[in-house]
Amino acid sequence: MTATNDKAPEKTDLVTLTVDGVEVSVPAGTLVIRAAEQVGVQIPRFCDHPLLDPVGACRQCLVDVPDAGNGRGFPKPQASCTLPVAPGMVVNTQATSEVADKAQQGVMEFLLVNHPLDCPVCDKGGECPLQNQAMSNGRGESRFATSGTGGVKRTFPKPINLSPQVLLDRERCIVCQRCTRFADEIAGDPFIALVERGAQQQIGIAEDAPFLSYFSGNTIQICPVGALTSESYRFRSRPFDLVSTPSVAEHDACGSAIRVDHRRGKVMRRLAGDDAEVNEEWITDKDRFAFTYATQDDRLTYPQVREDGELRPASWPEAFAVAARGLADAGPSAVLTGGRLTAEDAYAYAKLARVSLGTNNVDFRARPLSAEETDFLAAHVALTDPWSGGVSYADLESARTVVLAGLEPEDEAGAIFLRLRKASRQGPLRVLALAPYRTRGLAKVGGTLVPTVPGEEPAALAALVGSTAGSDDQKVDKDTVVLLGERLATVPGALSAAADLAARTGCRLAWVPRRAGDRGAVDAGCLPTLLPGGRPVADAGARVDVATAWGVGSLPETPGRDADAIVAALAAGELGGLVVAGVDPDDTADPAAFRAALDAASFVVATDLRSTEVTRAADVVLPVAAAVEKAGTFLTWEGRPRPFDAVLATPTALPDLRVVAGLAEELAALGHGRPLGFRTVAEVRTEMAELGPWDGERPALTPVAPAGGAAEAGSLALSTWRQMIDGGSMQDGDKHLAATARPALARVSPATLAGLGDVSGGVTLTGDRGSLTMPVEAVEGMVDGTVWVPANSTGSGVLAGLASPGSRVTVKGADQ
Amino acid sequence: MTDTLTPVLTANWGAERSWTRESYEEHGGYQALRTALTMAPDDIIATVKDSGLRGRGGAGFPTGMKWSFIPQVNPKPKYLVVNADESEPGTCKDIPLMMASPHTLVEGVIISSFAIRANKAFIYIRGEVLHVIRRVQAAVAEAYAAGHLGKDIHGSGYDLDVVVHAGAGAYICGEETALLEGLEGRRGQPRLRPPFPAVAGLYASPTVINNVESIASVPSIIANGASWFAGMGTEKSNGFGIFSLSGHVTNPGQFEAPLGITLRQLIDLAGGMRHGRELKFWTPGGSSTPLLTAEHLDTPLDFEAMGEAGTMLGTRAIQIFDETTSVVRCVLRWTEFYKHESCGKCTPCREGTWWLVQTLAAFERGEGRVEDIDLLVDQCDNILGRSFCALGDGATSPITSAVKYFRDEFEAGTHTPASELFPPAASTAWAAPTVGASA
Repeated sequence: MTATNDKAPEKTDLVTLTVDGVEVSVPAGTLVIRAAEQVGVQIPRFCDHPLLDPVGACRQCLVDVPDAGNGRGFPKPQASCTLPVAPGMVVNTQATSEVADKAQQGVMEFLLVNHPLDCPVCDKGGECPLQNQAMSNGRGESRFATSGTGGVKRTFPKPINLSPQVLLDRERCIVCQRCTRFADEIAGDPFIALVERGAQQQIGIAEDAPFLSYFSGNTIQICPVGALTSESYRFRSRPFDLVSTPSVAEHDACGSAIRVDHRRGKVMRRLAGDDAEVNEEWITDKDRFAFTYATQDDRLTYPQVREDGELRPASWPEAFAVAARGLADAGPSAVLTGGRLTAEDAYAYAKLARVSLGTNNVDFRARPLSAEETDFLAAHVALTDPWSGGVSYADLESARTVVLAGLEPEDEAGAIFLRLRKASRQGPLRVLALAPYRTRGLAKVGGTLVPTVPGEEPAALAALVGSTAGSDDQKVDKDTVVLLGERLATVPGALSAAADLAARTGCRLAWVPRRAGDRGAVDAGCLPTLLPGGRPVADAGARVDVATAWGVGSLPETPGRDADAIVAALAAGELGGLVVAGVDPDDTADPAAFRAALDAASFVVATDLRSTEVTRAADVVLPVAAAVEKAGTFLTWEGRPRPFDAVLATPTALPDLRVVAGLAEELAALGHGRPLGFRTVAEVRTEMAELGPWDGERPALTPVAPAGGAAEAGSLALSTWRQMIDGGSMQDGDKHLAATARPALARVSPATLAGLGDVSGGVTLTGDRGSLTMPVEAVEGMVDGTVWVPANSTGSGVLAGLASPGSRVTVKGADQ
Repeated sequence: MTDTLTPVLTANWGAERSWTRESYEEHGGYQALRTALTMAPDDIIATVKDSGLRGRGGAGFPTGMKWSFIPQVNPKPKYLVVNADESEPGTCKDIPLMMASPHTLVEGVIISSFAIRANKAFIYIRGEVLHVIRRVQAAVAEAYAAGHLGKDIHGSGYDLDVVVHAGAGAYICGEETALLEGLEGRRGQPRLRPPFPAVAGLYASPTVINNVESIASVPSIIANGASWFAGMGTEKSNGFGIFSLSGHVTNPGQFEAPLGITLRQLIDLAGGMRHGRELKFWTPGGSSTPLLTAEHLDTPLDFEAMGEAGTMLGTRAIQIFDETTSVVRCVLRWTEFYKHESCGKCTPCREGTWWLVQTLAAFERGEGRVEDIDLLVDQCDNILGRSFCALGDGATSPITSAVKYFRDEFEAGTHTPASELFPPAASTAWAAPTVGASA
């Protein structure tokens, strides 16, 4: 009873009605179908979906309303999915009204008139709302089959492709419009629409809207019949043979709830989980379909050690011993963890570095980074969460303005994109994007482009401060949220400018990394300047805190090298040993330098899921468990913990933290540090909880000035990010998903295109690391002097094959 | 009997080149517009209200009341939309009116738009009748040329633009919200209500949608006064209307008469039953209204009496069938129409009409089952009032009423084909008069 002072009026919004003789109070505006759920009555329904606009198409949810609240009743049964409650309303559902029951049975009978008896072979059979509700609200015998001279069903050729991944069986479709409404309302990709009419009405592929959706798989899940199926799952399994486990998607920093369905140790499919605070009921196609990476032929299944220049299989004890000896002999060492680890695994690596290797040389950032970013993460990101004032998904909905900088949510954070789209449909949300062009995603959230040449984000952010003087709707103030993508690390001064904007306007900042493990790694201490719990290395009190908790005398005092410096120091011979966990050289700021560092390192221990260039170059290879095989926690971009349990019990697959613990124990035996004190996820979680967050002073951000730099004549600024579906190795193994990738295209402004001459054969971009050739298109309103290309949709990607971060490229017609 | 007729809308149809502005104005056309422009818009609405004019498109909703629902405080533009998507089987009044005297409609559009303060009006004409579309387009062009449309009409300061829009051939677009969808360039399917068009109609703005005949009646009300109009017809069904008679009468056509006239009078006006045959059944307002029989010959054709008889006045599309007609075959043809025209949005109409046709067809072939008669009625019960819009309701009307009055014919359909019971040739215009038929 403490919170009744300011929010008390909520009670007055309640409306009381009677459903099946039971009085119930629900918020005004509630639909009768959901009010009935409150009294425990499930009214059958197909077209109704709580996250879609009401349509009233299927008529399955008819109820009798003898009193609409005004003393008069409706003469006909009403669709409860479109009828809002009214005070004093009386509703009788199929439970108490013969009229409602007969109406529902009648509609069900009609629905089955043209529905094929595919149930024995249909993917949906066993979890099918039509099947289930035909049993609960339909008649046992068909009158259609015996009527007249025998009913004849309407038929269609069996499935047609709506996309390379999604198939439509029109015979099964009951045209409830859930899929078309999802495409239109939620995703904003109206690539499907109703065509024809009457019983021939069907879902068709929109002629003028090519299939371009990262969210199409959701239509399969919300289809209340088996009309929509996926190429990947079709005919693979029956729902009643599957074991379902709730989990968390590992592909981005959104932390979307998923459900993993497996059968006999093999994941068969993934579905969206239901989490109103995070992803609602939607996930991206990558979260849904990209899971076969863990079962590719190159999966590592046993440890390997290098002997006589060749890797050979080894037992775990031998591998630990060889690895520990090698690291002990290699001298100063470092740890590079990549961004895919769970928080618990990241914590293990952070502890390994400090306790066993005696160094702060640990960094999770296997991508372009900057010292400014390191500072920013410590000052503004570590330890933030929705319960201590951090930005949350809900804030994206309630904010008046959301500014996007260095972030393209549709490609890089699907759940954020969907939330922004939802907000923009519902209210006056204004989205401003600091980007070189108005992307498809920005258009779908009704956003406004703040045309920004790559590299000029600091100035663009600074200019937002000035706009407080403008009219009210131009204001950037405390009702504004600024989402900062990890790409801003490549723009000197951008994060400083964002911090300055927040200080001046009161707007709130959130950092949105690309990978699932990035945010957790910040709090777990996988940074050269931060210990676990956001404790600054430079703070003696913080070090004592951690050292005491870990039972060690002291921790290394000097801040470590960041990932770039580690690579440089390995190449220079200043570091000898390297523990590397799931890093792809082509993701790093300088792939060639990373490869050189691997060669130069005197001893490399690689932990990874699959055989990679790095494991093939390592001295000891330690296989680790995939996300599906272990428990763990991802932190969302908000800082929200998303714990999950192992889906598959695979005794041979050890989580990283177990492997790290084994390595530390061997190192301790050699006199380096001491055992980490845990071997299981539960033990790490207990230890992390006991250590807790830092309650001391946050380090301050030392502002960095924007780089002044004159543009070289004849070159273009390079803008690039990864498309959601691209060459990423965690999408390996599903060719249908891969076929839904957007084509790799270069984009320039019309004026820039005009200056390129003949581009009929595409354009060739040349940077300091190589050349790429691809088709080009002009984008209206794009800033001049800039070219955009997808970062990892061609060849080895932009960083390895085109240009260094922040550099410029020359572009000419490919045939010239 | 000619004094039974009250030619108002049809008065000038016989004039030389009646569709031209010149001819229309010679007969007093556009005088009401000049009167109206001097009136306060609310007074026009009040006059139409007082006249008791009820919608002529079938539902019979009071026109003036509909206009008064337009929220004038809403800052959005207001629209008038004329529903000229006349497609109901048997209905043939709006198309002849637009053909013979399009300026009657145009004048009505201007006055009505002025009354609801709309500066843009749309006439949505059924797409199949290209000749009518052209004629209305020409009339609108003539009205612009004469200063009846455009900016500052006759110095009143009132602006109005009229757009003539061609439909794309869907019966459902006669349903007002499906019409709005079509007008906006979308798929023609009915919208969820509320919001009602008066609040959020065309482009989510306040919109009045009226039938051609309703709008065309407005100039005469302005010219002659509300009491003149209210003086015609019956107590609650005021005024006159065009009755379109088709089928087995000697002279089918449009008969403009006060509401409340009886079928007996109308058949007399049409020269009696063709070949002196007997009336078997008839529809008072198109195929969507439950059919009636000879026992209803003296029932007044107004909204109330038709309702009491278990049917509806509808569009006064009176289709008359004599004893040579198979009611099973006739109802099957109508049902096939509804199956073809069901938009597909809702289950009962989409699937129900698919099934009804199959059940009915068996009776026509003489292959029906006795229990299918009750099944038909039950199918209709599961469609009526369960579908999204009135199309589904309309589809059931002929069937349930046919079973009600002619159950024996359905029973015969369990063993004998309709073509044997009622040879189709006998119903045709060139069939020989039946020997011994009563007059």
